[in-house]
Amino acid sequence: MNFYTDNKDLQFTLDHIDLAEIIKLRENNFAFAEEFASAPTDCEDAIDNYRRILNVLGEICADKIEPRSRTVDREGPHFENNTVTYHPLTVANLNDLNRAQLSGVMLPHRFGGLNFPATIYTMMTEMVSRADASLQNLFGLQDIGETICEFGSEEQKQEFLPGFASGEYDGAMDLTEPDYGSDLQSVRLRAWQDENGQWYLNGMKRFITNGCAKVHLVLARSEEGSADGRGLSMFICRACPQLVVRRIEDKLGIHGVATCELQYNDVPAQLCGKRRFGLIKYVMSLMNGARVAISAQAVGIAEAAYRDARKYAAERVQFKKSIDEFPAVYDMLASMKTRLTAARALLYETTRAVDLRTEYTHLAENDPAARDQAKYYSNLAAVLTPMCKALATETANKVAYDGLQIHGGAGYMRDFNAERFYRDARITNIYEGTTQLQIIAAIGGVMQRHNDTRINELLALPLEGRLAELRDMVRDLHKQQQETVAFMAELKDPAYHDLMARSLVEMETMVLVSLLLLRDAALDDSRAAIAERYVLDSLPEFAARRQRILSGDRSLIERKQDILDY
Amino acid sequence: MKYTVLVFVKQVPDTQNITGDAMTPEGTVNRSALPAIFNPEDLNALEAALLLKDRNPEVRVVVATMGPPAAAEVLRASLCRGADEAILLTDRAFAGADTLATSYALSCCARKIGRVDLILCGRQAIDGDTAQVGPQIAEKLAIPQLCYVEEIREFGNGKVTVRRAIEGGYEVLESPTPALLTVVDANDPRPMGALRIMKYKRAKTPSEVRRNAGDDAENRIAALRDAGLLIQEWSAADSGADPSRIGLAGSPTKVKQVSSVVLTAGESKSVEPTPAGIAELMHELISDHTLG
Repeated sequence: MNFYTDNKDLQFTLDHIDLAEIIKLRENNFAFAEEFASAPTDCEDAIDNYRRILNVLGEICADKIEPRSRTVDREGPHFENNTVTYHPLTVANLNDLNRAQLSGVMLPHRFGGLNFPATIYTMMTEMVSRADASLQNLFGLQDIGETICEFGSEEQKQEFLPGFASGEYDGAMDLTEPDYGSDLQSVRLRAWQDENGQWYLNGMKRFITNGCAKVHLVLARSEEGSADGRGLSMFICRACPQLVVRRIEDKLGIHGVATCELQYNDVPAQLCGKRRFGLIKYVMSLMNGARVAISAQAVGIAEAAYRDARKYAAERVQFKKSIDEFPAVYDMLASMKTRLTAARALLYETTRAVDLRTEYTHLAENDPAARDQAKYYSNLAAVLTPMCKALATETANKVAYDGLQIHGGAGYMRDFNAERFYRDARITNIYEGTTQLQIIAAIGGVMQRHNDTRINELLALPLEGRLAELRDMVRDLHKQQQETVAFMAELKDPAYHDLMARSLVEMETMVLVSLLLLRDAALDDSRAAIAERYVLDSLPEFAARRQRILSGDRSLIERKQDILDY
Repeated sequence: MKYTVLVFVKQVPDTQNITGDAMTPEGTVNRSALPAIFNPEDLNALEAALLLKDRNPEVRVVVATMGPPAAAEVLRASLCRGADEAILLTDRAFAGADTLATSYALSCCARKIGRVDLILCGRQAIDGDTAQVGPQIAEKLAIPQLCYVEEIREFGNGKVTVRRAIEGGYEVLESPTPALLTVVDANDPRPMGALRIMKYKRAKTPSEVRRNAGDDAENRIAALRDAGLLIQEWSAADSGADPSRIGLAGSPTKVKQVSSVVLTAGESKSVEPTPAGIAELMHELISDHTLG
């Protein structure tokens, strides 16, 4: 078994996504190949590497990680005397990933990394999550090394990155506090300096994934007397006796990973990057990377849940027929598959924008000519990342929900995997920012029409026959979307704007994803039915949201108290 | 390097995924009808060697195989898992070898390498399932053989200590080196490493280079050698083998006939799990003298 080669949609994505520009920039026009034996010599060579390595990981996911996932979920990590001990099977999973040299996927060649773009790392994330969603929370912490690489000093890179690349170090990002989750600008953990300039951290953090890690990135208040996000800086610290794991959480899902409460008793730390930029620059960047990773985790869970339900529905016989022959069941299955494919299409559209933003932003540091592209892709990634997280994570919940439903009573029992997928999916639309926060992050880009250039490119693709008809329907939706946005802008009613933001973002998502699926159907006719399904299912959903927005109905804002407090 | 560990591996048809035309009418395996894979227990042998290298950086792991040019694939896969060097024994004269001729050719390869401290083989290959080649190599080289090895506990200073499977248990054996070990499926072969894949996927034999490179071939071969990416290629003459003892000429085994045997189960009889049923069974077994 192999989770890469058995996944047609994922392979289609790698076969058709245009990475040439990204690879060329990332590999420094292939100059790295002269210096590093493992660096690719051209685009084809790089993509061949990606394919081979996805193949290796696909086999590990299918043959090693997935078979261990039930036990990992049942038994989880062990906590005693302030020490977290991971389940032996989780340790075996990490060992397998390390042996395959997959601990520093995005890190540069010079630190022993693979220097892969986010797009490929995201594909890996998706496969790992399909095998064991909780393992992704450890695999995904490669983002810590990535953040040090992006914002740390050269000495910090030398100190930490080879360890991340070899798998010797694992990481944690310590942001949330008992009183501050979504509201990170109010973080209180105190950073202070002694007379020699040495920094120390003092305070509490909560809900810290893998809080038992060897290396931590910590958001802390370095500016005494400040109260907002501009008083926060980012620090690096190591596990030490002063950093105490007080307890681990007893969670609904992702049981394989420890979620820790941490107490900092004057933990020695080093400043990463510039003071006061902790939240506004570094953590925002780290969180955006993590939001893509959680989107991929959600797609992986949805993939697992869909396959599980598809198989069960084909095997389960009631009234002398397998249940997938009943309209009520195949309707659910078709909707699950369509939603899953839609989420994946938006995911890799997003990673491509993220990769181009990264590469052009780096290029623009030395080449002013690249500034326009850097700005364009920054805006695009900034709107797509939260749109994608909202879509992918809500999709995973819906797919896992329906997957359990298809199993009937059996799905409610712990003998089947359906309930685990349902529990594991449930965190995805909460952490790294709830869906409600993703909407707030996306709405600005929607109002400012940051997707229009891309939407117009996709509308201009040459399509024929039924696909052209569907495209014309979507063109009409796009026009309506622009009108709805104009209506909202003219209204200048902040409360109404916030109340309707989700509908507006979802409408935008439907337009963009429809066009992506039509683009793909034009490349491969066997995808036409899925594209058609998505467009046709979107029409009434879009219309309902548009109608709601254009109604201008403020009664909820005015009368919410009468409802909530009855 | 202080120690050289030689691993013999084999590319085999994937007999776990048999299709209709897996055998030729002549009774040999139809290799073109089955995907070629790394013989599973040879991966265990390679893993055992790489574990020695993990413990002691002074260990050099050399992997060798005898086979057609396409068998270079298992050598590349070995390099991607951590082997240091690879040798392909390939020559039309090697073709058609039975286990006797194969073990002779491989023993010549081992001699040619020179000082080898340990030779590891998989217990057996899934195409022939004879488990003869490893022990025969040891006989030809006149070194000790330790078969069915599960784990190498200690290695170095002229000795090797292994744990090996025996019926109903295991035993721990110590032997002087050089020695030959055959390894069973008792370790967890490592996957190919991503960084190593990116490097060693480029490893080639000289013939593979010559097939595509034309006039520039010799320069390219030299460049691969400098980069540590050249898979050595030895002919029968290179390995110093006696032509009469290799390939078909050196193989006394002749296949007379292959027939398809369908095993059928004998008649079965069900006995009720009641005192009466058991009494009747006992009576029957005693009366036909199975018991008593």
